[in-house]
Amino acid sequence: MLTADQSARPPIGGRGRGRFADVAFRWLVTAAGAAVLLILALMIGTTTVEAWPVFVKEGLGFLTSTDWRPGPSRTEITGSYGGAAFLWGTAVSSLIAIIIAVPLAIGIALFLTQLAPGWLRRPASYAVDLLAMIPSVVIGLWALLFFVPVVIYPVMELLAGTIGQVIPLFAGPPTVRSLFAAGIVLALMIMPIITALLREIFDTVPADERYAAFAVGATRWEVMRHVILPRSRPGIIGASMLGLGRALGETIAVLMVVGGSPSIVIELFRPAQTIAGQIASGFAEASPEGISGLIALGVALFGLTILINVAARAIVWRLGETRGDAAL
Amino acid sequence: MMATATETQIEEQMTGLTASPTTPSAENDRPPTSVFSLRGVSVYYGGYRAVRDINLELERNRVTALIGPSGSGKSTLLRSLNRMNDLVPGARVAGQVLYNGENIYDADIDAVEVRRRIGMVFQKPNPFPKSIYDNVAFGLRLNGVRSGLDDLVEVSLRRAALWDEVKDKLRQSGLSLSGGQQQRLCIARAIATSPDVILMDEPASALDPHATLRIEELMMDLKRNYTIVVVTHNMQQAARASDETVFLNMGEDRAGYVVEQGPTAQIFTNPQNRLTEDYVSGRFG
Amino acid sequence: MSVQAGAPTTLRHKSANAAARRRIDQAMRVVLAACLLVAVIPLALIVLVTLQQGLSTLSLEFLTTTQPLSYRAFGGGFLHGLVGTALMVGIAVLISVPMGIAASVFLVEYRANRLARPVRFFTDVMTGVPSIFVGLFVYAALVREAGIGFGTLVGGVALSILMLPIVVRSAEEILKLVPADLRSASTALGARRWQTTLFVVLPAAAPGLLTGVMLAVARGAGETAPLILTAFGTSYLVTDLFGRAQTALPLLIFEQARQPFEAAQGRAWAGALELVALVLLLTIAARLIATRGGYQR
Repeated sequence: MLTADQSARPPIGGRGRGRFADVAFRWLVTAAGAAVLLILALMIGTTTVEAWPVFVKEGLGFLTSTDWRPGPSRTEITGSYGGAAFLWGTAVSSLIAIIIAVPLAIGIALFLTQLAPGWLRRPASYAVDLLAMIPSVVIGLWALLFFVPVVIYPVMELLAGTIGQVIPLFAGPPTVRSLFAAGIVLALMIMPIITALLREIFDTVPADERYAAFAVGATRWEVMRHVILPRSRPGIIGASMLGLGRALGETIAVLMVVGGSPSIVIELFRPAQTIAGQIASGFAEASPEGISGLIALGVALFGLTILINVAARAIVWRLGETRGDAAL
Repeated sequence: MMATATETQIEEQMTGLTASPTTPSAENDRPPTSVFSLRGVSVYYGGYRAVRDINLELERNRVTALIGPSGSGKSTLLRSLNRMNDLVPGARVAGQVLYNGENIYDADIDAVEVRRRIGMVFQKPNPFPKSIYDNVAFGLRLNGVRSGLDDLVEVSLRRAALWDEVKDKLRQSGLSLSGGQQQRLCIARAIATSPDVILMDEPASALDPHATLRIEELMMDLKRNYTIVVVTHNMQQAARASDETVFLNMGEDRAGYVVEQGPTAQIFTNPQNRLTEDYVSGRFG
Repeated sequence: MSVQAGAPTTLRHKSANAAARRRIDQAMRVVLAACLLVAVIPLALIVLVTLQQGLSTLSLEFLTTTQPLSYRAFGGGFLHGLVGTALMVGIAVLISVPMGIAASVFLVEYRANRLARPVRFFTDVMTGVPSIFVGLFVYAALVREAGIGFGTLVGGVALSILMLPIVVRSAEEILKLVPADLRSASTALGARRWQTTLFVVLPAAAPGLLTGVMLAVARGAGETAPLILTAFGTSYLVTDLFGRAQTALPLLIFEQARQPFEAAQGRAWAGALELVALVLLLTIAARLIATRGGYQR
């Protein structure tokens, strides 16, 4: 659409004004992006600085000693901060959660991607995802006042009465608040995330290979076992580790059912305490140095979680298929 | 490719996999010449009919080519012969697909058994990410074969004209082979379980001309022991490599139907139907 | 087998291990379906039990009054928690949404920038940070060092740090979906980069962005642990931004649930029902907007 009358066109000018806005805009969004890095760096820096005196005083004992007696001081570190009991509680409850949640998630993901009829697939996936949206405190309440007393406790009693007589791991008498209950609750909470990731991973197994296996006369299960699962091994490991990372950091639901006993117990049916749980429960009445001790626990937890998360993402990203927000 | 003494021994061993009870058709003393008998077969995907009222006889130990333009239902028809359509949600087959006199879609017949007797090779070579040996042995292991695998793998690879090229690297990944070799590996994998029939869905369309020719030679060779049904859109290939040809076309209702079938030579040089003549002379499709 | 070997065999005859293979296949189908049930049953139980227990205490009074002085006493409500949640989540939205969307614009429009890859990677890392650790940081930095003390503002800041990575990643996915054609058309008309982004890309992505924000809000509204360390909790209705401790719906549920008194537990159930209803409403609304706006997640 050329106008014959050139003089009617506005002059090509206005330089500087729009261009300045472009530069300013670029700086603004870059700053926002950098802010994310900054916040993360600040988080790590501030907490480590606050916790440093505790680490210095305790040394390796922070991880190995079970002597947790914070002192009353406002200015220096006088108490002892052995966090081994909490490390134990965190590790064992998370382990129980993984042992239960991973096979379950594999089973659900296989069912949803391979066996479920078309009309079932979306609603069922939706339902499993919905479980992840329920706030931790609600799950904790439900577990504490209903699920553990009504469902889990009888199971614990049964096990303690039978194999508990032989294996100390399952020895009784069981308490409602216990390491085992915490593990079950955690399993429930991390299972949806692992399932969602595995669904995506199973879906990316090339259809060609599945058809080739069917054409040779494999049954549905044989295709899952010989084609899909072997293909998905790195993804399964990555997804499990992400689930583990989530389990390590879970605070409230676990705190409500784990019992708060700061000692290392072998019996799964007895109370224990996790790192996150101790931070949350010890905070209200802690002295200033006590809080430093809790911050130290937090730094240790953060280090552990980040290590596992980064390793997991490295494994999962290597497949190049997963989006980051699937881990939400 | 001469049958060696080992091969005969292995053949005898293989009959253990498919033991004695025979088809209850007492009037036949010798096996019928058609492996497949299709009677009024229609395939539906949901409400859409992909192929309509197919009546067909497929001869034993022959290469039968299915030709026709895109959308004429060739692949759908092929996949209905080994119940691969079962895997597509909403797929349905009406009519009878008789394999040696038995309808493979009968309620009490397991699709897994069907696929063991009727193997398939796909358009794009799809070996498993396993070793060459494990690819061929896959079906055998599924069927519980534990001993004698080495010999069985060798026979299959020989029959697929691949043995000489891979005999020193059986443990290498199947994916490390060239496209043509991968396809022959897929053929070896399919014949390892001693099927009766091998279905091939455009087996050479993803390969270069040299590899294509080798596949065609192989097809002619394989028919000594197997019945081959091949879908191809390459008419020269059909003319070169097949004994019988079936020409399918897409009807106005978008469903495929059989226009004409007969010996390949006749279809290409003296077709009875006007449409056939138009198609083979390249006037459409 | 090859035809020379003899008469063809019937399909109905199963070869050596076919029967066993079929049994295993059928057994595994049942096992896998059972796995789904094991997941769905707890979900149903949670919803049903919370509904049943919560409804018996939920009432207009519950929604409009604050808690009684004694845990033992019946009646009262969680109004102060609702107000606290609303205030702190509001602050969190004000902080995290503009920053998060700006950061996602950075990741999408300037993805060639050297910073883009580390920012994306560490944002992902941040989604995995334990929420209690975020609380510890905000406590150490703002409550202690800066001396602001417990309250609404610091609680809101803690929530914003938790919500920020969620907003960034979901916004990034949405912005990537905006067709390049739209941007080209705008540039061809003579628009500058910032004008294209602000007036063409962001409005086009608006439904999807809203979805991401709503999901982040649902997450923030349900958080408890970081608020223990920043808002601290109170039994009174508080609207001050700082100077006084603040409470939130999840905090109240947490406190009352652990009491041995029936009255307190009843209130906890009612509060849980209120919270779950809120979160589910937000989630479902978010998905509706997403599918209505044409974005598949």
